[in-house]
Amino acid sequence: MVQILTPDGVIAPSAEAEPYAELVEGLDDSTLETFYRDMVRSRRLDIMGANLQRQGQLALWVPSHGQEAAQVGSARAARTQDHIFPSYREHVVGMIRGLDPVRIMALLRGATLGGWDPAETGNFHLYTLVLASQTLHATGYAMGLRFDGLVGTGDPETDTAVLVYYGDGSTSQGDASEALVFGSSFQTPQVYFIQNNQWAISVPVQRQSRVPLAQRGPGFGMPGIRIDGNDVLASYAVTRTAMEQARAGEGPSLIEALTYRMGAHTTADDPTKYRPEGELESWIARDPISRYRTWLEGRGASEAFFDQADADADDYAADVRRRTLELQAPSRPAIFEHVYSEPHPLMAQQAEWLERYEAGFEGGAA
Amino acid sequence: MPMGKAINAGLRKALADDPKVLLMGEDIGPLGGVFRVTEGLHAEFGGDRVIDSPLAESGIVGTAIGLAMRGYRPVLEIQFDGFVFPAFDQITTQLGRQNLRHDGRMPMPVVIRIPYGGHIGSIEHHQESPEAYFTHTPGIRVVSPSSPHDAYWMIQEAIASNDPVIFFEPKSRYWPKGPVDLDHAGIALHSSRVMRRGTDVTVVGHGAMVATLLQAADIAEQEGRSLEVVDLRSLSPIDYGPLVDSVQRTGRLVVAQEAVGFTSLGSEVAATIAERCFYSLEAPVLRVSSFDTPFPPAALEADYLPSPDRVLEAVDRALAY
Repeated sequence: MVQILTPDGVIAPSAEAEPYAELVEGLDDSTLETFYRDMVRSRRLDIMGANLQRQGQLALWVPSHGQEAAQVGSARAARTQDHIFPSYREHVVGMIRGLDPVRIMALLRGATLGGWDPAETGNFHLYTLVLASQTLHATGYAMGLRFDGLVGTGDPETDTAVLVYYGDGSTSQGDASEALVFGSSFQTPQVYFIQNNQWAISVPVQRQSRVPLAQRGPGFGMPGIRIDGNDVLASYAVTRTAMEQARAGEGPSLIEALTYRMGAHTTADDPTKYRPEGELESWIARDPISRYRTWLEGRGASEAFFDQADADADDYAADVRRRTLELQAPSRPAIFEHVYSEPHPLMAQQAEWLERYEAGFEGGAA
Repeated sequence: MPMGKAINAGLRKALADDPKVLLMGEDIGPLGGVFRVTEGLHAEFGGDRVIDSPLAESGIVGTAIGLAMRGYRPVLEIQFDGFVFPAFDQITTQLGRQNLRHDGRMPMPVVIRIPYGGHIGSIEHHQESPEAYFTHTPGIRVVSPSSPHDAYWMIQEAIASNDPVIFFEPKSRYWPKGPVDLDHAGIALHSSRVMRRGTDVTVVGHGAMVATLLQAADIAEQEGRSLEVVDLRSLSPIDYGPLVDSVQRTGRLVVAQEAVGFTSLGSEVAATIAERCFYSLEAPVLRVSSFDTPFPPAALEADYLPSPDRVLEAVDRALAY
């Protein structure tokens, strides 16, 4: 397992981490601070989202508490031109790419089905609620990049890769395996990033796989690398290396980030019913944010920096919360809009019917 | 020209006209597909335009969604009707919804070609008519040509559409020849068409059933009865105009299909015509379908599939009211 930063907050690369240590040493203070600020902001948003759901303002919240390092490190490893296909838990990845989290709130509030355009959100694609479906979309997109000649040109501004996120539960889906078949066969410029957060709702990862999920990579003909997903430095360094290999035309890689979903799967779930006693505590001891903070403190980061990061995260969350509560339901005709991209007689007829039906009530009241 | 060749010619034209069109499917490359519909295209356009895929239907459709996001116009081949179901999830939960989920900013110009239907004496899962599953899915368009001319034009129009189109090819019609006007399509993709004028009973169907209906009309004529034959062509959306006109003239409708009858396309047509033509109808709308069973062993297919005689039996019933 690739681990660079230990749970105690000490840089002590594991044997597997040796090839990546240099990459981490080259990171400047600003980048290192950005990782921290991203993770704190993610956790703050997570708490706010869960509260909003409890207050009846969201239909559902999908927590990412505990997975900040896996998400921030990998997301920060992508270049501007890269495309990212999330599952439905990668809120901070979207934020890093420029997605306004209110769009996520709108989805979880039941006001939209997503609605953002990847071209306007740093090539961050829509959430996909059907497990592993997006692994195939990402693979097809990566095939297209290859057909377009945007791989292996040697120009770092041109070469493009795809990063796709999915979870340990999703690996059991046929689509996840088919994606690896297509990715390997077509040598797509792509990184398959599995966040193994140990639980697929209530079912432990052992029910999904008898072997480490990273071993799926070699089985399909690509490297499979297991990382400490609570180590933001390992997540960054390994993903960055794999993405560079993908852009260079060396084909896809699979990364398994070992992490832990500290909250529920969603707010519809109660983890106290299935988690063994002591498990959560053991993972709290491996918390991605506190270990990173310890290390930054050791490097001389000031108390003021941490205070500022907290204050910024509070402001950010408050702003998102305020704007979430202002979200309006879409107008009624939206039911029929965009089901087809070209005119369709049933949509026209039914939209007209609904308009007349509603107008009938207005007429009766008058 | 036979329909198989007509589709081949249509695909060739689409590939030549637009570099973003690509074909993908199992065995469609050097082999040219098990029905040879893509024959010669791999040699002409290369392996990046005519792609032999891994043997994985969900993968074929799922990666095509990603290719469409990248600006490609994938034309997929599902080898046989009964093998589309591994891709059903990608078609219904993903392909048909991408444009909607993206607020209209992610059109999905994906065509899925599916050879379908019976009459070729094949084995299990090779002779089915699963079109109702797809017409039941919002966001998806479904068409089925019945003639070489329509096949040549409809495949090109389907590829030009920015919406996903399932293109059901009646495989028993791959070989019979028919005229193809390479200069004029005649009518638009989502139009229905009156194939033969008549005055006593309207009969409507799609795909291979149109040939059966025309045969039935020939026989009926010898018996002094005049059937009007309508080819639906487009199964979703359905162009009801010519059908409503026809039923208002004849007062009787028989809907025929190879598919299982229960909750079928024919049921939809029957219900709609009952609503729209209630005061013109002299008899209930009758359905002629295959039985509500799995497709039987091919030795029994003649007893299973609607024949001209079974259509005429329904015509008799309609006229008896």
